[in-house]
Amino acid sequence: MDFALDKKHEMARALFKEFAENEVKPLAQDVDETEEFPAETVAKMAKYGFLGIPVPKEYGGQGCDPLTYTMCVEELAKVCGTTAVIVSAHTSLCIDPIMTYGTEEQKQKYVPDLASGRKLGAFGLTEPGAGTDAQGQQTKAVLDGDEWVLNGSKCFITNGKVADVYIIIAVTGIIEKRGRKMKEISSFIVEKGTPGFSFGTKEKKMGIRGSSTYELIFEDCRIPKENILGAQGKGFGIAMHTLDGGRIGIAAQALGIAEGALERTVAYVKERKQFGRSIAQFQNTQFQLADMATKVEAARLLVYKAAMAKATQRSYSVEAAKAKLYAAEVAMEVTTKAVQLHGGYGYIREYEIERMMRDAKITEIYEGTSEVQRMVISGDLLK
Amino acid sequence: MKIVVCVKQVPDTKGGVQFNPDGTLNRAAMLAIMNPDDKAGLEAALRLKDQYGAEVTVVTMGLPKASDVLREALAMGADKAILVTDRVLGGADTWATSSTLAAAIRNLEYDLIITGRQAIDGDTAQVGPQISEHLDIPVISYAQDIKIEDGHVIVERQFEDRYHVLKAQMPCLITALSELNEPRYMTPGGIFDACEAEITTWGRADLKDLDDANIGLAGSPTKIAKASDKVRKGAGEKVTLDPEESVVYLMGKLAEKHII
Repeated sequence: MDFALDKKHEMARALFKEFAENEVKPLAQDVDETEEFPAETVAKMAKYGFLGIPVPKEYGGQGCDPLTYTMCVEELAKVCGTTAVIVSAHTSLCIDPIMTYGTEEQKQKYVPDLASGRKLGAFGLTEPGAGTDAQGQQTKAVLDGDEWVLNGSKCFITNGKVADVYIIIAVTGIIEKRGRKMKEISSFIVEKGTPGFSFGTKEKKMGIRGSSTYELIFEDCRIPKENILGAQGKGFGIAMHTLDGGRIGIAAQALGIAEGALERTVAYVKERKQFGRSIAQFQNTQFQLADMATKVEAARLLVYKAAMAKATQRSYSVEAAKAKLYAAEVAMEVTTKAVQLHGGYGYIREYEIERMMRDAKITEIYEGTSEVQRMVISGDLLK
Repeated sequence: MKIVVCVKQVPDTKGGVQFNPDGTLNRAAMLAIMNPDDKAGLEAALRLKDQYGAEVTVVTMGLPKASDVLREALAMGADKAILVTDRVLGGADTWATSSTLAAAIRNLEYDLIITGRQAIDGDTAQVGPQISEHLDIPVISYAQDIKIEDGHVIVERQFEDRYHVLKAQMPCLITALSELNEPRYMTPGGIFDACEAEITTWGRADLKDLDDANIGLAGSPTKIAKASDKVRKGAGEKVTLDPEESVVYLMGKLAEKHII
């Protein structure tokens, strides 16, 4: 076992760090204030290949591995939670299922544009009545001749409206399984601009405010028959497996937010003086920082382990669930403590730290709440 | 077109400078980066490659660890990398360095050689022009803009208060300013490839037309007798003067310290 990064991963981390510091950090406050999608940053990330890091070169990607991609999301999240989740949703939730379940034609048609960042991707699973209970899907897809006809809606979709390619989960029929009637769920690739596909409400969020979160609406939206992703009826499994990967991305985002908050707090407590000395000299500060740093390190090892599991194992659900659960809860705890150590200034929007606390909360909720992760982990323990 | 870019690995002065007890730089303890002027020179070469098509070869002389800057150059888009490393080459001043690099470049085909204006560790700005002398080709230093026109380079050379536009026939050597451009980032895939790529390593034996009297510490006409850290400023002095007197006093102090 070797905990040291090899040369290529060290260089990649240095690249992501430099890019995040120079290109992303200066805009992060503004992106949060204005709630504007950082389109120029996304174009720059596309130029340098950040939107196709784990994708093989023959499909227009960078030919790197899940760990490199994970470190990219982590470094971006250190300075801007919004930018990190844009990359994560695009890579893990849109490209990954096409690469894993797509036909050669589908891969050729969609992946090169996505991996090079000419197009952006999104994933539509959640509905108003189907969140944690993802089987409660209401959106329907009916085969009519050579086309699937979609009707229904999706909510809280990251990269909604700005994405060009959407993975959409829908009910394609009713099947009997062990005497019970169950929904048959399938997945589809839907392109923006298809007649009958429109966007509803833009959500106003507590955090990650620059990330575009929209409702998707399908009204007799007709897509070609060949745009079904994977076999008919396999959509639920595809969605769950996709989320396993996505959770590593969100875990990396949470880790980055925690690291960013810790770094800023360490700098702040060395500067800030009260009672004639820096507040870093008070033992309460020191012990708080020690706890924060220890948890961040524990989270990092879980996240990297999950990324390595994705690279080497067929199934990595449990590793991903543990990494996301722990990293998200660490992000919430560390950012809360970081605000506290900043005192009154921590509550002021000028000091980036309150933004990090707001951004941290979503990591405990999306791509499966912490409770879902506990279900996955305990389910594996007790099987 | 074939372009050779000379790059140097230097301490990252942002990380602070540290000395050994004997007064030499403690390179092992400092973070190392590609010298900023050299990086601008590499970027200029890569832009010429994008625009006109070119093969870009990067050359560095240094310890084996200096291959890090070559990998960085490859990850940015350079085609080939050459590390010149040998114990006998150590301790070189600008004469010995330029003699060695010129000998390495003689092994290569080139239309254009680009170096940085100066390295942020030695700060001499001498190696580029000396290489051109050894190779007997023209040099244009302080380039702030480079264009190619039918076998010639057209370069804006920066002066203190203006720039000159110079045209030179290739092959020639240009020294680049960091103001020349904003170097591109590496790409993740470029990094993975660069870490697999083979770096050609040349020792003393691979360098021809090079006199042993011109290499390393022994072949250096200059020797560093002593190096020391800057003397720390003491506490400031406080004087009470009327405005007119204070101007005279301040101007006198600035002139005394050679600031004006």
